[in-house]
Amino acid sequence: MPETPAPDVSVESVADRVMRVIANAQKIAPETITIDSTFEELKIDSLDGINLLFALEGEFDIDIPDDAARELRTVRSAVEGVEKLLAAKTA
Amino acid sequence: MSRRVVITGVGVVSALGANRHEFWEALVNCRPGIGPIESVPGGSVRFANGAEVKGRVDDQFDDKDGNLLDRFAMLGVVAAREAVRDAGIEFTDELRERTAIATGSAMGGQASEEVGYRELYLNKATRFHPFAIPRSMANAAASRMSIEFGITGPVFTLATACSSSNHAIGQAMWMVRNGSADLAIVGGSEAPFTLGSLKAWEAMRVVSPDTCRPFSKDRKGLILGEGAAMLVLELMDSAVARGATIYAELAGFGMSADAHHITQPSSKGAARAMAAALRDAELDVSGVGYVNAHGTGTITNDPVESEALASVFGEAMPPISSTKSLHGHALGAAGALEAAATVLALRYGILPPTANFTEADPACPVDCIANEARAIQVEAALSNSFAFGGLNAVLAFRRVP
Repeated sequence: MPETPAPDVSVESVADRVMRVIANAQKIAPETITIDSTFEELKIDSLDGINLLFALEGEFDIDIPDDAARELRTVRSAVEGVEKLLAAKTA
Repeated sequence: MSRRVVITGVGVVSALGANRHEFWEALVNCRPGIGPIESVPGGSVRFANGAEVKGRVDDQFDDKDGNLLDRFAMLGVVAAREAVRDAGIEFTDELRERTAIATGSAMGGQASEEVGYRELYLNKATRFHPFAIPRSMANAAASRMSIEFGITGPVFTLATACSSSNHAIGQAMWMVRNGSADLAIVGGSEAPFTLGSLKAWEAMRVVSPDTCRPFSKDRKGLILGEGAAMLVLELMDSAVARGATIYAELAGFGMSADAHHITQPSSKGAARAMAAALRDAELDVSGVGYVNAHGTGTITNDPVESEALASVFGEAMPPISSTKSLHGHALGAAGALEAAATVLALRYGILPPTANFTEADPACPVDCIANEARAIQVEAALSNSFAFGGLNAVLAFRRVP
């Protein structure tokens, strides 16, 4: 599946960006992902998980600590985690 | 004529010391060799601690050919010298031809490659060092050992990630047992403290921020270790005939593949390798008094290994420990270090402990020897290695009174 082209991030929400990153990393269609999807539903295993964290760190220019990484089980928790780290970065 | 294979020489260089005596001292006194990583500049890696071999090893190679060796190869050769000396082997040309060398290393001379890449990509060098290839090849330790001791029999190196050493030791034991060789120098070596390797392990998110606590409820991951261990294997009959000191019998070897996942372990695969080693050694589960567990201290490994142990041993579950809590996880050398620990345990009648253990984990229902060695003379023991990629290799040892 071709990578979803990177849209204009200035108008794209954090949630949309997280879902785009997940779609690219998991090689699945973006429309199959919702904010309420669990990692289990998206077949994100532990190895996919660290690959996804690597991609999210690059997308948002953040550093996700190992402790925080272990909490991630859903798209919503990923979005909230990223928003928290973004807020800490600009604070 | 029976072709039982015994261990008559042991050599170890590790974070616990420069030889087998210091290794064993630290193991039985539960003194971990874990501390701040000194060989790689700190600050840029999320974890700070490792189990490094202290001090130089290059000063033990004063000939010009020492320049051909990466640290991982030097460590292997230093351990092999000790093992051969310990065994008291007097090589003849005939014996040299009938001797095998089998080593394991997961990374080989990656540090030497990294130096070259830094020059090439960062410093825009136009040349690569002419020794880069011989320094980085995974068989560098085995080849130098063959040259140094004049060994002209079968010599090879295996790379199966964290099972490398056990695969090498097991294959060589079978070669001696089946008559393809009469003697073998076996083990493994690893030198994983390079910035590239530390960053790669950081990204795997399996390295502990403080220390290694296998089977403990608050475990947070593995601690990388550096080192080498080598064993001399020979036929029981010839060892007895020449009056050699026998540490233990290497009685069996079992291997399996999970065919499951590239990094997630499977208890079924691990259990099949243990069962195969027991069968090969003609050992009953009730005869096994100790297991040196793979016990990485990661969230995932320890419960899966516990499940595998339970399925193999059932009610006859022996005490276990993970000496990785002391010498760190030396990757391709792990099996060799742990084989040395197991062999010494059988020889001296003491079971080495799991260090840094704080609280039992209900997810790991095992009899973990916590923080204090147990003075128990057991008759047989297993040593487990399970690698990323789902490749399992288990050695079975028997006491030789």
